Amino acid sequence: MLHTLLRSIAERPGIFSGGIEPEMLKITAGSPIATPPIAPIYIVPIKQHIGEVCTPIVSVGEHVFRGQKIARSQGYVSVPVHAPTSGTVVKIEDHAIPHPSGMGLPSIFIEPDGEDSHDESLEAICDYRGRDPGELRERVRVCGIAGLGGAVFPTFIKLLKDQRNPIETVIINGIECEPYLTNDHRLMLEKPEAIATGLDIIMHMVGAKKAIVAIEDNKADAAEAIRSALNSLPDMEHVEVRLLPTRYPQGSEKQLVQVLTGKEIPARKLPMHIGVLCQNVGTTFAISDAIIRGRPLTERIITVSGDALPRPGNVRARLGTPIRFILAQHGLEHFEDTHLLHGGPMMGERLKNPDIPVVKSTNGLLAMHSETMMKAHKVEQPCIRCGHCGVACPVSLVPNLLADQCRNDQFEKAESYNLFDCIECGACSYVCPSNIPLVHYFRYGKGQLAQITRAKAFADISKERSEARGTRIEREAAARAAKRKTVRTKHMPKPVDEKSSEEKSDISADPKGDGL
Amino acid sequence: MTQLLAAILSFSAFALLFGVVLAIASRVFKIEGNPMADNIETLLPQTQCGQCGFPGCKPYAAAVASGEAEVNQCVPGGERTMLQIAGLMGVEPKNIEEEPTAPMIAFVREDECIGCTLCIKACPVDAIIGAPKQYHTIITDHCTGCTLCVEPCPVDCIDMLIKPELLEHWSWPLPDTARAQLAIERKGQHAPHAT
Repeated sequence: MLHTLLRSIAERPGIFSGGIEPEMLKITAGSPIATPPIAPIYIVPIKQHIGEVCTPIVSVGEHVFRGQKIARSQGYVSVPVHAPTSGTVVKIEDHAIPHPSGMGLPSIFIEPDGEDSHDESLEAICDYRGRDPGELRERVRVCGIAGLGGAVFPTFIKLLKDQRNPIETVIINGIECEPYLTNDHRLMLEKPEAIATGLDIIMHMVGAKKAIVAIEDNKADAAEAIRSALNSLPDMEHVEVRLLPTRYPQGSEKQLVQVLTGKEIPARKLPMHIGVLCQNVGTTFAISDAIIRGRPLTERIITVSGDALPRPGNVRARLGTPIRFILAQHGLEHFEDTHLLHGGPMMGERLKNPDIPVVKSTNGLLAMHSETMMKAHKVEQPCIRCGHCGVACPVSLVPNLLADQCRNDQFEKAESYNLFDCIECGACSYVCPSNIPLVHYFRYGKGQLAQITRAKAFADISKERSEARGTRIEREAAARAAKRKTVRTKHMPKPVDEKSSEEKSDISADPKGDGL
Repeated sequence: MTQLLAAILSFSAFALLFGVVLAIASRVFKIEGNPMADNIETLLPQTQCGQCGFPGCKPYAAAVASGEAEVNQCVPGGERTMLQIAGLMGVEPKNIEEEPTAPMIAFVREDECIGCTLCIKACPVDAIIGAPKQYHTIITDHCTGCTLCVEPCPVDCIDMLIKPELLEHWSWPLPDTARAQLAIERKGQHAPHAT
């Protein structure tokens, strides 16, 4: 009874608990997507998604075409990597990738030949409605598509027509709630037809009857563009374009699903468990490109912005373009007193050097004055228990408590307070009047917990091996003892009755006598 | 008198009944081995390194459970393991004498290996493969970094290397704010009393 009552209160569409309203700073919303010239070198990391790493299948000196597969996927949660332009593979070695550790991954360096000629091996599929969803799904996989909203989870996995979890509603995520970023906005304005086609393909693939395109009300022009594109396609009357009030982090999958359907995705479950599939507009565009034009994912739209950048804008950047090259196109060549951010200001990570390449997860590049950043990162003060962080938290956690637990290495306790439900949106850190880097503490705690789990698994294996060794030694010792016993019995004089043995011993004891 | 008799008889009957029940229970619910030792063993890192002075994690766990060993002798386990064991045993935490080193793995310089198999015999987790007069090599995925193979090698061809950090295993450090540092310092001071 109480449960039902609580549920009816909780399941209110159009709202998610918490959230913040930061200054949006979408200064590039009016800049059309530019196409930069071909860079002098492309650095393509062999893993650009969440999941298993790929294996390079090209060798140094080999010529590749644009869209040619250059690294093969291994394992299920993996998608291949393609050449961003035609040219020659000059080297394959470790290079830094956009990762907070600053560590590197093996990367394929391609020197362009300037032709930019495509690999034409994939045929265009225009009659997708007549094709088998499994075939289309395989196409999405071989085209290397991963979620371009930033999480880069292999898309084909989500596009499964599963009997146990039928998808009722497809949600196209055009929320883009991070400040500064306008790449999805521009894409919706400039390519609404392709996005509408992509949505149609996705609905055909998963067999969904309903779809919602969710856009925040600061992008009403994009909603209009999508709406008119949808009207030009047949059978799209079950697709709804919904304008939502601007609120961060509405673009997060779980929050968006809650807003649109009123259902909360349970912890450690996926949207498909409640019959929903959520795709970012960039991914939808990439899917349409892969099916309709037979083009693997070799480029994406990124927003290049920030207060240290002379000419901010949106660009269609090839994967593997060094960030230094892109920033130079926008007038930034010297990086003194500049902080580079990969992604938006809320969830983005700081880049350690500008030679890092653009990857599938790069939705924005921000060049900020160090001064601005230092203003944001003030000295951490003691927690005053004001509770603002708990109010702002979109997943109803208690950030101040969790941060205390993480700081004091009480990781198991933090886990029991649902640390892993944290989506790291940064709303708590944003509102904290004591400038506590709450999300950083959560990342530390999550990392430590992962280490503890790994250490435990390793200890279990070691214990098993040590015990196996013990039994092996015992077995070998027993086998040796048994062998010794059989050898002894074989070579020992046969136990016969006393008389004959005496006779024998007499003979052996007196060989001379015998001789005489 | 009858009341007295009835009381004595009924109490004797109860005593007999409970005695039988307890006797059966002790047979039926008998636990093999020392459960405390097993619980402690699950907390240990299972490196089998012998740095605690016992020939492996299991003997050390048994020694701690029976009170022969202190709770702070596991070097690779560090402070965390010590606190967990102390919590389990219900004793006061002790200071850690030796700081755990960075995780290591053994590496055989194969061109110098003479194939004597002595290291194979020393490895507590069977993580070295090789045969007499053949090069030996370490299965890095299973090496616990216990260093027990270094000593028996007659030609000193085994090095202990720092385990390379994998990108997937990287984790965020603590924020470098002054308060986070303060927390670490305070923890250092209060460690013996914290549980």
